[in-house]
Amino acid sequence: MSATAGKLEQLPGLPCTEECLLRAGNTNCGGCGMSTGLTMLGRALRDAGETCTLVIPACCGIVTAGAFPTTSYGVPTVATTFASAPAVASGLASIRDLNGEPGQVICWAGDGGTYDIGLATLSAAAERNENIIYFCYDNEIYGNTGGQRSSSTPAAAHTTTTPWGKAEDKKDIVSIMAAHRIPYAATLSIAHPEDFADKIKQALSMTGMRFLLIHSPCPTGWKSEPADSVELVRIAVNSGLFPLYEVFHGLDYKINVEPDGTTDPADYFSRQKRFHPDEIDLEATRKRCENRFNQLRALARINLAPVS
Amino acid sequence: MTLQVVTGNHAAGYALSTAGEANRTARGAACGIYPITPQTEIVEYVAKFPFSKGRVVPVESEHSAMGVTMGAALGGARSFTASSANGLAYMTENIMVAGYYRLPIVMVAVNRTLGPPWNIWVDQGDTLMLRDFAWLQFYCEDNQEVLDTTLLAFRLAEDHRILLPVMVCMDAFIVSHTQMETDLPDQAQVDRFLPDLDLKHRLRYDEARTIGGLSWPQEGLSMRLEIDEAMGRVPEVFQECRSAFTEAFGRDPGDQLQTFETEDAETVIVATGTMATTAREVVRHRREAGERIGLVKLKMFRPFPQESLRQACRPASRIAVLDRNYAAGSGGVFWQDTRAAFQGHRDDLLIQNYLAGLCGGDVTPAVIEQILDDLADRTEAGSPAWIGIDEHSEVPV
Ligand SMILES: Cc1ncc(C[n+]2csc(CCOP(=O)(O)OP(=O)(O)O)c2C)c(N)n1
Ligand code: SF4
Repeated sequence: MSATAGKLEQLPGLPCTEECLLRAGNTNCGGCGMSTGLTMLGRALRDAGETCTLVIPACCGIVTAGAFPTTSYGVPTVATTFASAPAVASGLASIRDLNGEPGQVICWAGDGGTYDIGLATLSAAAERNENIIYFCYDNEIYGNTGGQRSSSTPAAAHTTTTPWGKAEDKKDIVSIMAAHRIPYAATLSIAHPEDFADKIKQALSMTGMRFLLIHSPCPTGWKSEPADSVELVRIAVNSGLFPLYEVFHGLDYKINVEPDGTTDPADYFSRQKRFHPDEIDLEATRKRCENRFNQLRALARINLAPVS
Repeated sequence: MTLQVVTGNHAAGYALSTAGEANRTARGAACGIYPITPQTEIVEYVAKFPFSKGRVVPVESEHSAMGVTMGAALGGARSFTASSANGLAYMTENIMVAGYYRLPIVMVAVNRTLGPPWNIWVDQGDTLMLRDFAWLQFYCEDNQEVLDTTLLAFRLAEDHRILLPVMVCMDAFIVSHTQMETDLPDQAQVDRFLPDLDLKHRLRYDEARTIGGLSWPQEGLSMRLEIDEAMGRVPEVFQECRSAFTEAFGRDPGDQLQTFETEDAETVIVATGTMATTAREVVRHRREAGERIGLVKLKMFRPFPQESLRQACRPASRIAVLDRNYAAGSGGVFWQDTRAAFQGHRDDLLIQNYLAGLCGGDVTPAVIEQILDDLADRTEAGSPAWIGIDEHSEVPV
């Protein structure tokens, strides 16, 4: 069972423990990437001696908390309306800073709250360079409402609102965020824990708007085996489907993991029933990945003098 | 304290800013702001105010303006904003949430017609569509009342027996843009009137509390009941705040329901905002002619002052309810609540609804005279009467 809300799980000002961020007994599905992501975030905060306040819009991530008066989150948490997490976080971070208090204000949002309904709010917070860290756990679907498409859903994926497979490609949110020239934008995978931890460390060392996109497997929406979750996102990184990279100040690109040259994206599609094998053009997919990587490599080669 | 000739918007901006500044000795002040005619000058005033411990965040929408304002309040700061008409409609989801989070936010709302058709003039339909949320609502008739009510609103909202947000409303242009002599209190006076905000349920970085998450029916029900209990305490706490205000500023900010010549009135006009100002003059004239007529000005609409309204109308046999709003398919909102207040108490009362001044139409003394003549001719109440329809104009539909 979750502990009671409002009960002190930690002494004032003490860092998070990984158990403290996401407690046992939460409601997430087995194999949910969000659970792993939260645990890894808790660990990184603990290692850095940091605390945090979570700001969570409507999404699976708030159902995770469970029902009042219990909560699975061992840190101060506010559930906001679907489109408002970055706005509420801006207010909270302002008051934290005015009062010289410690702790990160962290948004934890799904792709619906990020790519779709919350995009204007997020864009405005980025443009203002609010002093917050924004995590999008990207499960490429509206999980909370039972698996509808979002603009992050990849082409060909079947969802309840794209019953014949989605025609459009996934939106490139990292480029959108980088175009805001925010201090830090990065992609993370739960299959690459060291890289994951390094990026959180990097984000914690900076101030201003930091945007981190986690590829977050969702067995329920992806119609995959819970035990396959980590393996699936590993394939996505190693085959080049989900590049791991960082963008500093919207200009300086750094690729963290190159495709290994042997992992085939075919394995990624065949192990998820949201894709139908006969609808996937593997040749075109491989070509798209290659083009994207060549573009990233070109961007990463451009060495720009830092502007202070 | 200085007497100055300022607009209603200036008075509101001054009250919001000095109230925010007064919390510099505690957790400070912050708000999200977004412009819309005719309240824009309020947020512009706030934006240029030199807060010692505060932040004004110019956001991309009203939805986010309330989002930032709620975030600041959740952090324990004094927080406020302003909006109007379609801005309020766009903000609605977060307005609702601010009440259920129990945040003592103060919002000044300038009553403007909801579009389309686009129209920037007064109509109270915008704030009245928000009447069922956990917010207090006050309707003001002049600049001084806007200033005083806004300051009082913070003390009332922040009282631990209440902890609900407050909306302070004024008529578009007739108040917002009209310059009037207004008593602007010094910062030191505001400091004395508004104690440091101490929001017990605010988020603290060292306390694992989850606000606004899921609940089962039983817990949800208790939270709603607590709101109802707080609403029930408002009339009494309001009087305490009113006395404290009078003591601090040497001026009565006005009662929640204000009567004029109702002691022996057979006919009573129920009105709000600047329509009450005009109606008061009409009542004065008719009194001089010997008519037993009075006025009830509803300043507080949420919670609805049922008991005071029944008291004020004790000698009355007929009531004209003036509504500068139209709830489609139903009639005027003030009329609905007035009828409900008398239901089962005074079934003999003739309560007639007049939809007047909609979409910014002028409600002149002549209009009110016409309403009173109509009321006198009635033997029973009818459906809501539309005032100001020109029978001869041919509007193509
Ligand atoms: C304004 C509004 N519209 C719709 C909803 C219903 N709703 C709640 S969560 C959700 C989808 C969330 O999807 P995502 O952000 O991808 O997070 P996930 O559920 O996948 O974790 C929707 C549509 C809502 N809560 N608020
Ligand atoms: S639906 Fe998907 S994202 Fe939501 S809890 Fe289940 S696995 Fe996680």
